[in-house]
Amino acid sequence: MTWESYAALLALGAFHGLNPAMGWLFAVARGMQERSRTVLLRSLPPIAAGHLASVAIVAAIISATRSVVAANVVGITGGVLLVGFGLWRLLSERHFRWAGMRLSAAQLAGWSFLMSSAHGAGLMLLPVLATTPVPGSAHAGHELPGAGGSPLAALTGLGAAGVHTVAMFTVMAGCALVVYEFLGVNILRRAWFNVDRLWAGVLVAAGALTIAVTA
Amino acid sequence: MTRWTPDPTFYPSPSDAAGAPAEKLAYVAAFDRTAEKPDAIAVVDTDPASDSYGRVVGWTDLPHTGDELHHFGWNACSSALCPTAPHPHVERRYLIVPGLRSSRVYVLDTKDDPRQPRLVKEISAEELAAKADYSRPHTVHCGPDGIYLSALGAGRGDDGPGGIAILDHQTFDVRGQWEADRGDQRLAYDFWWHLTQDVLVTSEWGTPSMIEDGLVPELLLGRKYGHRIHFWDLAKRSLVQTVDLGDQYQMALELRPAHDPAATYGFVGVVISVEDLSASVWLWHRSGGSFEVRKVIDIPAEPADPADLPPALQPFAAVPPLVTDIDLTVDDKFLYVSCWGTGELRRYDVSDPFQPVFAGSVHLGGIVRRTPHPAFPDEPLAGGPQMVEVSRDGKRVYVTNSLYGSWDDQFYPHGVGAWLARLDASEDSFTLDTRFFPHGDEFRGRRVHQTRLQGGDASSDSYCFPSPSTRT
Repeated sequence: MTWESYAALLALGAFHGLNPAMGWLFAVARGMQERSRTVLLRSLPPIAAGHLASVAIVAAIISATRSVVAANVVGITGGVLLVGFGLWRLLSERHFRWAGMRLSAAQLAGWSFLMSSAHGAGLMLLPVLATTPVPGSAHAGHELPGAGGSPLAALTGLGAAGVHTVAMFTVMAGCALVVYEFLGVNILRRAWFNVDRLWAGVLVAAGALTIAVTA
Repeated sequence: MTRWTPDPTFYPSPSDAAGAPAEKLAYVAAFDRTAEKPDAIAVVDTDPASDSYGRVVGWTDLPHTGDELHHFGWNACSSALCPTAPHPHVERRYLIVPGLRSSRVYVLDTKDDPRQPRLVKEISAEELAAKADYSRPHTVHCGPDGIYLSALGAGRGDDGPGGIAILDHQTFDVRGQWEADRGDQRLAYDFWWHLTQDVLVTSEWGTPSMIEDGLVPELLLGRKYGHRIHFWDLAKRSLVQTVDLGDQYQMALELRPAHDPAATYGFVGVVISVEDLSASVWLWHRSGGSFEVRKVIDIPAEPADPADLPPALQPFAAVPPLVTDIDLTVDDKFLYVSCWGTGELRRYDVSDPFQPVFAGSVHLGGIVRRTPHPAFPDEPLAGGPQMVEVSRDGKRVYVTNSLYGSWDDQFYPHGVGAWLARLDASEDSFTLDTRFFPHGDEFRGRRVHQTRLQGGDASSDSYCFPSPSTRT
């Protein structure tokens, strides 16, 4: 992992954290319902955990498979899938459904997991993961895998997901607290631009970038 | 296609919505009782600064006849800001308009020309029956994840059970039946929810065979109309609790939960008690884990000369108030109560929902009184204040006069007419606006039922965030 990779992971984490639909708005709503900052703060870890789980699965799979399959195959295939998924998000009329406002911490983590997965949060890390050298091979992108590379590579992916989630958690907590303490939710009416459309655009761009870098 | 910024008519909390700009237009469901002409959505100018204030300025005929338009609603509203399934960039632009008699559902687009809504989709009775097994669609509410549409009858025939169908809030496709487990619920009418508490409430009128040809005296005296309200788990879609008001209380119709998302109480209006012809309003509230109800408003029948009464009421020598609609202001302070029989609109201060305080009344129409509108003092009016709609800021109240075709004919056998009145409300008073009274020929021979206000009103939005003033 290079510094550039970490910076990209952090930036994408911040982007995910910024999206009200990814969790912080839910935390604010719970806090306001119970009139309790503590409830808000307690809502954040499960949301972050769900996000981490969603991202980590994708990241671990990408990192691990990169060490057993030629990287450019993974990169290009992944890139094409990503562009397709992004376009589908952009153009489709489908919307995420989840019932209920009264959720336990475990259910909240489940909600966050599904929300992140349905939006392709983990896939957005593909350009970073696909260009990160695999541990144990100096030029993994151009070599067939060495024995024993996979578990280590998966760990790299998990590490990447962790870094990403720290940034996501920090930005999410910041947004939630600022809105809860100072701004009030009425700010949403003016400031909540259509993150979903931007999100879809970023997915497409991430896919194109992955293809460009690995091809 | 979705918007880049949230729909400006969406508000996170009730107090934010109460600060919304005043509506410029009202949409009114108008139907032809003879089923010879098409039903229509009439568009009325509600801007006092406009030259055409108080007049019908737009009209959209529907393609069929005999629909009997009744209630309708918006495809999307403030609940789109709710965090469980946020869709703030959908638009409040489509009116979902069911035909209560035909079971068709129309979708009208109000965006391009708000004065001439354009028909963009029609759901057939067959499609509603095939996909959700319901007929006689009645009440529309925009939920965070779809459009909820109640229906009085099952998909085939004239019997129940009635319930709720779900429509996609962007494609308007019928997604299916909402209920996962309805228990013994069979009669349907209104529904609404405590969205943040995952509670849905439903009320009871009757199945199509019990209502479509008019009120059936044997069923009423046999106490067969609905008298229960049901509490459901909104997330699990299952019936959790049923509360029986008592079988003398016939027809528990309109449900008005508190708008404050942190509150868990609401009001339900009961049309008539078979014991003394009185009408009543009940409060439901949560006590511990379950719901309880109590009667908080009782409106007695008024003695009358049988000669002034329609045949169905002559044996009783009294005119029943017939509370057919109620409406709660967005700030949860005032409850408006329609007495369609006596021709009266009452207002109660429900700041303490357990102890409503009578806060004024206006007479208009009525079976016996036939009170004229002050702007047309020589025209006795038939019908009475029926569907009542309050503006988001609570300063304006709109009432229409038709209840339901066959029931209009029973209670107002000499003709019910058609009128829409507006009242100006303040903390201290509410009075009829003498400049605003579209009636008679303005509605082209149709009767008028429900009003929806451009941008939203007191009975169409749900909020997920408490008002700042109620936070500590």
